[in-house]
Amino acid sequence: MSEVHKDYAGAKFGMWLFLFTELLLFGGLFILYGVYLHRYPEEFVKAGGELNVVFGAVNTLVLLTSSLAVAMSITALQKGNRRLTLVLLAVTIASALIFLVNKYFEWSAKIHHGLYPDSPHLKELAPGESVFFGLYYVTTGLHGLHVVIGGALLAWVFVQVRSGRVHAEDFVALENSGLYWHLVDLIWIFIFPLYYLIL
Amino acid sequence: MAEQEHGHIVGYSTFVAVWLALLVLTAITVAVSRIHLGPLNIWVALGIASVKSGLVIAFFMHMKYEGRLLRLSLFAALVTLAIFIGFTFFDVLYR
Repeated sequence: MSEVHKDYAGAKFGMWLFLFTELLLFGGLFILYGVYLHRYPEEFVKAGGELNVVFGAVNTLVLLTSSLAVAMSITALQKGNRRLTLVLLAVTIASALIFLVNKYFEWSAKIHHGLYPDSPHLKELAPGESVFFGLYYVTTGLHGLHVVIGGALLAWVFVQVRSGRVHAEDFVALENSGLYWHLVDLIWIFIFPLYYLIL
Repeated sequence: MAEQEHGHIVGYSTFVAVWLALLVLTAITVAVSRIHLGPLNIWVALGIASVKSGLVIAFFMHMKYEGRLLRLSLFAALVTLAIFIGFTFFDVLYR
């Protein structure tokens, strides 16, 4: 096994290149947001007021803390503290689940109030408001999908660390999964003020 | 040989300090958003979000400790995004 060649720099560079494409993907959605905000400023403020700031703020705290945990888990592994690495990874995975549960309750409340794509209630509202909710569902939905994928990746890494396949000398799998998780956090940092705090 | 050539270990305290800064910035974003500043609100929100993402990229994502290749490619990606946004708004704002 010691003869297996691993291109550590290449693996990480590849991950970053992928993250750049993700950045442009979400960037496109934020451009759409900007264009429609410009066209329907009042409707966006009115529709944004319907979103629950508490849900948004709690999920912000959850994601920031989970990012801290996964960043620290790399330090723990580098220092050879496998137990702490596993604890921190468990915290991150739990955060992903908490985020999704929050999202479930948030979306349920919205759907209960008749605010979902193509709902009869939305059709009665001004066009700008249904555009806002359309973008809201696409952006947070795509972001939520990334939370699911990120959580699954970290769960896989958790197993790899526990079995010793990912360790202090070879942890690029942990590092790349961590990078993906930070991207999820990064996107949310922009979603939160633009959708939840708009005035 | 599966040894990783980079040996830089970021201390726990650095990460905790960054996390605290992110929490403070989040509180500021929420507080400022409750004050009506007109169009300035969106620029303040975007400014704070940019500072927060800068912190996440530099520390949590290790960019501060990476080599020139990664830094330059991040720069290229951000410039590309800025061009997309810039040219879209040239059209939208001055149509």
